[in-house]
Amino acid sequence: MELYLNAALLTLLSLVTIAIIRERNLFGSIILFSVYSFIMASLMIVLDAVDVALTEAAVGSGISTVVLLGTLHLIKAKEELPTKSTVLPLTVVAVTGLLLVWGTCDLPVFGVSDAPIHKHVTPYYLEQSIPLMGIPNVVTTVLGNFRSFDTLGETTVVLTAGVGIMLLLRSRNTKGGDQI
Amino acid sequence: MKFEAIFRVVAKILIPLIVLFAFYVHFHGDFSPGGGFQAGVMIAAAAILYAVVFGVDEAQSILSQRAVAFLAPFGVLLYAAVGLCALLSGKNFLDYTVLAHHSKHAHHIGILLIEIGVIITVSCTMIAIFYAFVDRSR
Repeated sequence: MELYLNAALLTLLSLVTIAIIRERNLFGSIILFSVYSFIMASLMIVLDAVDVALTEAAVGSGISTVVLLGTLHLIKAKEELPTKSTVLPLTVVAVTGLLLVWGTCDLPVFGVSDAPIHKHVTPYYLEQSIPLMGIPNVVTTVLGNFRSFDTLGETTVVLTAGVGIMLLLRSRNTKGGDQI
Repeated sequence: MKFEAIFRVVAKILIPLIVLFAFYVHFHGDFSPGGGFQAGVMIAAAAILYAVVFGVDEAQSILSQRAVAFLAPFGVLLYAAVGLCALLSGKNFLDYTVLAHHSKHAHHIGILLIEIGVIITVSCTMIAIFYAFVDRSR
């Protein structure tokens, strides 16, 4: 069952990707990106990563679509055809892609429990979550307790991104300085 | 941005449900998937839906740009303040055991507090980004 679901979702995903590449109308591209994120969220649910799916659905197909549409309001709605030759970029992308695929050959088989990443601190987290904190959701205890320092950094990164965008887009109008 | 009646009516029904689900994801994070970040983006999505349907001015009269710009760093500071509480009591940074006598209680309170910091920062940052883009489009 899961195999068929995965196959169907991944096929849809590759079809949408091809459609995104071929689409020249930017409005269409944005909607296709939204569809892509939604399929990705469904795929995350099949992989039992519901929290990632929630984020992907809300940010990927919700907020970023609205922000991209807001950007589209400012620019032309049609993507220009490339003026320079695309041979070199295509080669770079193809070679990088092949290298990445080659790199995955050394990774442990998908989903095996004795992969190195599951043997370092993970057993400690899994065993100590309930005795130490009484919280059955280990993701929450890892994010909020075992690694709360990382989460503080992550939250700061989100804030920094927001501050950066606010400074880039807003400062000119509010300060009354040079208006573009 | 004025839309047809169906869109407004559906949004009116949906937005409270989205916010309710976001708070469920937040406060039930101990037992089910999700937490501050997921809840934060969901609240931001609800606020953005409100702004798209009822107009940005209407949304900004409820949650102004100043309020959003103030609350986004406030969340991070709340998070860091929990850490500082532990530091000032002579424990390690972000050691929750100083927050209550019983260790498990302390962890619950600590995680809840930092997650509230996360939800405030994430939702307000997302809304602030949206406001910044909309401001440029006008």
